[in-house]
Amino acid sequence: MITLRMKCRSLLPAALCVGLLALAPASGHAGKVSVAVAANFTAAAQEIADGFHAKTGHTAGLSFGASGQLYTQITQGAPFDILLSADTIRPKKAEDEGWAVADTRFTYAIGKLVLWSARPGFIDEDGAVLRRGGFTHIAIANPASAPYGAAAIESLKALGLYESAAPKIAQGESIAQTFQFIASGNAELGFVALSQLTGQAAGSRWTVPENLYTPILQDAVLLMTGAGNEAAIAFFAFLKSPQAAGIIRRHGYGTSPGK
Amino acid sequence: MWQAIALTLQLATLTTLILVAAGVPLAWWLARSRSWWVEPVAALVALPVVLPPTVLGFYLLVAMGPNGPLAPLLQMFGMRTLAFSFEGLLIGSVIYSLPFMVQPVRNAFQLIGDAPLEAAATLRASPLDAFFSVVAPLARGGILSGAILSFAHTVGEFGVVLMIGGNIPGETKTLSITIFDYVETMQWGAAHALSAGMLVFSFVVILLTMLIAKRTGTPQP
Repeated sequence: MITLRMKCRSLLPAALCVGLLALAPASGHAGKVSVAVAANFTAAAQEIADGFHAKTGHTAGLSFGASGQLYTQITQGAPFDILLSADTIRPKKAEDEGWAVADTRFTYAIGKLVLWSARPGFIDEDGAVLRRGGFTHIAIANPASAPYGAAAIESLKALGLYESAAPKIAQGESIAQTFQFIASGNAELGFVALSQLTGQAAGSRWTVPENLYTPILQDAVLLMTGAGNEAAIAFFAFLKSPQAAGIIRRHGYGTSPGK
Repeated sequence: MWQAIALTLQLATLTTLILVAAGVPLAWWLARSRSWWVEPVAALVALPVVLPPTVLGFYLLVAMGPNGPLAPLLQMFGMRTLAFSFEGLLIGSVIYSLPFMVQPVRNAFQLIGDAPLEAAATLRASPLDAFFSVVAPLARGGILSGAILSFAHTVGEFGVVLMIGGNIPGETKTLSITIFDYVETMQWGAAHALSAGMLVFSFVVILLTMLIAKRTGTPQP
């Protein structure tokens, strides 16, 4: 393994290495993989890390943050092996700029948008509350940096309600903060990720029809640091397994067809 | 960008004015009183120095909301919440920068000692007269340092604004939030421009307070 890893670092094309390392028999000793995880995927990632550890013996260290922050850290040499982004842009950019291993990108989760209020009964079946008004603040994530925020704006526009809602918008920097604005009651309602509401029966919600917004694809990519790391390759493979897909779906995400 | 700069300056100016008005009497009481309450109150005032802004911001968010203790008061003014408003930011900033005003002023007051006040009293100056004609001039270095530090601290405030602001242009979208947004959206050029400006500004502020301390002979905060 050590020789293979060294060759990987120096001689072989990265993509080939990934293949070789994946084929190499598990060498018995437990490795470590460092994963940068978009904040919205926190709960699911923890469960996946547990499953991964039980199955392979490797340990996954998770670092959570906004995708943009994580990306900035990666470009400044942060020692992450894998990036689980909340979008497709940053993994692509990481690949283009040589921070990630080519042709390793894939969609690990598809986000679902929900209109949510902490108040029971405030949101009715088809989100008619948006049309009716009767609220002073509607919370969304920053559309410039958070995909769920962009999806919220798209949905409001598709419903023809953006103009009336715009003056009432309060922006959270992340989807987690948006959730906090609504949970604390400061905003009567807002757009959050379905994954944030798993295990949270309180309040009222409306799952926004998926034809109202561009699918929120969350891509993963293997970073250069992880190219020679056996545990990283194993984590990447585990992320694509039916077991991981099951965890991901249970947390309120869709997964790519065929998985 | 200019809107964010103007908003930040407006927030910092108002915060500083409120802090001078409220912080100087508070510092006076902390410096002169022999009450048992002095140290607990001083510790309370100093809390924002060590508390993560996220803690302060989180509590403010909850306190200012419709389920918080301020809710009945807010309802009288027809408001549901103070979050997402300039007023809310102003309250947060005053609390957040309070120690930066009170600490240097308290130090300055303590340095004056009893003698000048006793002299003023023998000359039949009223306490108020003594304060403005003896204490204030002697403590001017501390008051100026406190005001400058409060102003600068508010300009650089990030965590509290992030937690309660809601990023509303012209209302709660301050300079530090704008920089954060630029970094988040990978507009590094704009982020660099604003960040460099903040760097120079902060350096000037610190230098200024040091020069004031040197000239007026007050201890550095």
